[in-house]
Amino acid sequence: MKNHAKSFWNLLTGFLLSVTLTLCAYLVVIGHAQGVVVVLVALALAQLMAQLVFFLHFGDEQSPRWNVLAFCFMAIVLFIIVAGSLWIMYSLNYNMMTMSPDQKNMYMQTQNNKGF
Amino acid sequence: MNQSLSAHQNEDMVDEARQGVSALGFWLYLMTDCLLFGSLFATYAVLRSSTYGGPGGRELFDMPFVLAETLILLTSSFVCGLVMLAAKDSQRKLVMIGLGVVGLLGAVFLVLELTEFTRFVQEGHGWQASAFLSAFFTLVGTHGLHITAGLLWVGVVMWQIHRKGLTHGVVRRLTLFSLFWHFLDVIWIFIFTFVYLLGVI
Repeated sequence: MKNHAKSFWNLLTGFLLSVTLTLCAYLVVIGHAQGVVVVLVALALAQLMAQLVFFLHFGDEQSPRWNVLAFCFMAIVLFIIVAGSLWIMYSLNYNMMTMSPDQKNMYMQTQNNKGF
Repeated sequence: MNQSLSAHQNEDMVDEARQGVSALGFWLYLMTDCLLFGSLFATYAVLRSSTYGGPGGRELFDMPFVLAETLILLTSSFVCGLVMLAAKDSQRKLVMIGLGVVGLLGAVFLVLELTEFTRFVQEGHGWQASAFLSAFFTLVGTHGLHITAGLLWVGVVMWQIHRKGLTHGVVRRLTLFSLFWHFLDVIWIFIFTFVYLLGVI
């Protein structure tokens, strides 16, 4: 293992970072901290970076960096899917909530007759 | 500089090129798998409060249990990294032991997860009980299915190493397995955060 000293330390760093970030996230929740959502998301993203770089060797490839390109494209599409779904479902729920049950039935019937 | 490469050097270059191509191809597959999980996450996010009067995450999740699962999977990912270093040194015995540990930890993780699922179902909170539970079982269950496939894969890789030794082809497939296993741990980070941690706040 002598030749792999650098790789081993990288691996160990990634592992210890991941464990630390996991424990931080866990303790934040169990410690009943407030305003926790932002902290948890930040911790998750940090751990993602740690694992991407140290375990998956993301960014090690020299140009052309196809791995990085594919990952960025995936991230864009993922953002559209997730953010788009949340936006659509939120506005659907919001629009339905302001109606009374009778109005809701009328609305759904007219939409049905239109063929939706 | 008119030296031509020896047959052996030529073969090494081809194998290295092949490994690079395979790794990129597999990475592209992993990116599509991310999108699959992304849509499952989006579904879960939309449905997490639709508990139909039944229990939500706060009532159901056993947090120390989940932390244990997380640390087990993380450790198996770390050991997998060590296995790759050993493979580069052609340390066949270390690779076999390491893969055994990875498989064992993965199996323990799976057993823990199945225990959690069984507990939910037996208490009447199966995937048909509410939209929240449907989304939960689909998302976490899909990850569990991937882990199961990974366990089968590690078994096959260990068998291949046992039969053929650490040939170029075997090492290439081992590399792809390790990419897959690390990827599953990355997905679990998000399940741990968005399903379990944010579920019990």
